[in-house]
Amino acid sequence: MKAGSHLEKVLEKRLFAVTGELGPPKGNDLSVIKRKADLLKGYVDAVNVTDNQTAIVRMSSIATSSLLIQMGLEPVMQMTTRDRNRIAMQSDIFGATALGIKNMLCLTGDHHTFGNQVDAKNVHDLDSIQLIDCVRTMRDQGKLLGGEEKIEGEIKLFIGAAENPFGDPFEFRAIRLGKKVTAGVNFIQTQCIYDMNRFKEWMKMVRDRGLHEKVHILAGVTPLKSGGMARYMAKNVSGIIIPDEIIDRIVKAKKPAEEGIQLCVEQIQELKEIEGVHGVHIMAIEWEQMVSRITEMAGLLPRPKLE
Amino acid sequence: MIKAEQKPMEEMLKYLDPYNKVLLSGCGACVTVCHAGGEKEVGLLASALRMARQKIGKKLEVLEATPTRQCEPEFALELAETVEKVEAVVSIACGVGVQTLVRHFPKTPIYPGVNTTFLGETVAQGLWEERCQACGNCVLEKTGGICPIARCAKQLLNGPCGGSSKGKCEIKREADCAWQLIYDRLKALNQLYQMEQIIPAKRWGVESRDSGLRRIVREDLNL
Amino acid sequence: MERGVNMPTFDPKIIAFCCDQSGYPAADMAGSLKLTLPENVEIVRVPCAGRIETIYLLKALEMGADGVLIFACYEENCQFLRGNLRAKGRLSYAHRMLEKIGLEKERLEICHLATNSGVRWAEVLQRKSEQLRKLGPNPGKI
Repeated sequence: MKAGSHLEKVLEKRLFAVTGELGPPKGNDLSVIKRKADLLKGYVDAVNVTDNQTAIVRMSSIATSSLLIQMGLEPVMQMTTRDRNRIAMQSDIFGATALGIKNMLCLTGDHHTFGNQVDAKNVHDLDSIQLIDCVRTMRDQGKLLGGEEKIEGEIKLFIGAAENPFGDPFEFRAIRLGKKVTAGVNFIQTQCIYDMNRFKEWMKMVRDRGLHEKVHILAGVTPLKSGGMARYMAKNVSGIIIPDEIIDRIVKAKKPAEEGIQLCVEQIQELKEIEGVHGVHIMAIEWEQMVSRITEMAGLLPRPKLE
Repeated sequence: MIKAEQKPMEEMLKYLDPYNKVLLSGCGACVTVCHAGGEKEVGLLASALRMARQKIGKKLEVLEATPTRQCEPEFALELAETVEKVEAVVSIACGVGVQTLVRHFPKTPIYPGVNTTFLGETVAQGLWEERCQACGNCVLEKTGGICPIARCAKQLLNGPCGGSSKGKCEIKREADCAWQLIYDRLKALNQLYQMEQIIPAKRWGVESRDSGLRRIVREDLNL
Repeated sequence: MERGVNMPTFDPKIIAFCCDQSGYPAADMAGSLKLTLPENVEIVRVPCAGRIETIYLLKALEMGADGVLIFACYEENCQFLRGNLRAKGRLSYAHRMLEKIGLEKERLEICHLATNSGVRWAEVLQRKSEQLRKLGPNPGKI
């Protein structure tokens, strides 16, 4: 056990894991967190807490993650390398683990020009792979990155990262996952999947390298609310591929939202059958109330209770 | 070379407001190449400034000069006699040129007439792109000669990120994804194994930009 | 000062750059046809419009012209292949400078014509003179 988190235990026991996602408030309104947390509690094994996603200023991931623990949920604290240098990141890791956070997702982060502080200085002292290596060093060697000083205490973190099977160059994506594995990642969550064929191709490349035995892969899904949402995402979000058949299906449906949920459930059921997929990561952006339905319809309930 | 672009006219006219006789000094090197501060541009800007001031009834005398390289003492000092005759100097050389003049002419205000923008390559006539950020420890041998510090928006050393799509960077559709370029190049050179190595964290504070004022000393050249 | 009241009408000073392959023969033709031309036009003969440097356009205005016309060949017809296109690009650059210092773009213009366009040449000059009369003298001339 790397950290002994609930998510880790579920994955180590080869139980199909379910994670959700929560975006902190654009301020310090705790009721927002409470509302979203209540919609997810009991339906997922752990909740990703985003870190200033799309470079829009929100309550910090570390603070929000700590609050979730108090509310009885297990957080996966996301940390991007965009806003913090290695001093701040390692310092936050000291704090996070002291507050009881046991899962961490290491990301590069969306470019700051996407957000609401475009005049900011871009940090990117480290990239995501170097961050994974840094956390692993802190955990397994008890030392700071590149340092000789011993850390006072123990850093126990279950290390995660993201990977995008739909980015380019496609042939390199499995190799890049390999680099993250070498750096020490324990689990990864993928970008949301609509193009099932491409995902299966990627999984095959991953399996050919034996990576599925070295890292837990959680497949990402996002339910589509409307045809407009599908079209928007396909056109404007880099690294997301939505096949025309799927867009058509949602556009032509009598009740697009219902169809989107149904599609999501079907996707989960198909993903469960793929060798090497150990769980699913449900990103119901601003639609958290649907997580309970999706998990129920996909036969993922009840979530395991482990000691 | 260093690339620059002329500053907005309003900015220049604003700081020139108190003066009636100035020297406009260009440079025969980098800013000539990017058509921002060479001899031609000195002539054009001088003419424009004179007419702009004439228009508001406040005559401005503009002397013109284009030293070979404004950042070198021997060429900067050639301007000494002319600088004596003026109240201020507008330099359309890069920021280095401005500061060289400041050091040699401590009594004369020196103003920047261009914004120094980046170190870049002439891709085609009239098109220049950033290529180098003078990070101090070149990684080009690991990336097939293509710089991820200057050309990757996130300065990744182990890219690409998930936003690379069809060879383009997600933040600027006109920009090529540097890591796609690196991948294609290493593939063509049969060196893809380079991309499987993890490049460790850069030492920004020691060998690079964040180490404070950088300098090079060559004792053997100190005559 | 009110316009049109006790104000002597001024004859705008126009510099006409005429290239040997179009503008100059057209000017010649206008001459032989004894066409009426505006007062105060100065012709500058060039072998090709591409010979015109951007600085000539600005200097012309600085040194007293109220307007400048470039007479060049039609786009596909330049004897030196792209001289007229170079002139066009330089004119465009000069326009951007004028915009920055608040001088009217109408003071610099390019007109494409052929050797036998004597009548057109004269008409363009008349039209420009009228236009400049309305605009007023160049406030930037030293």
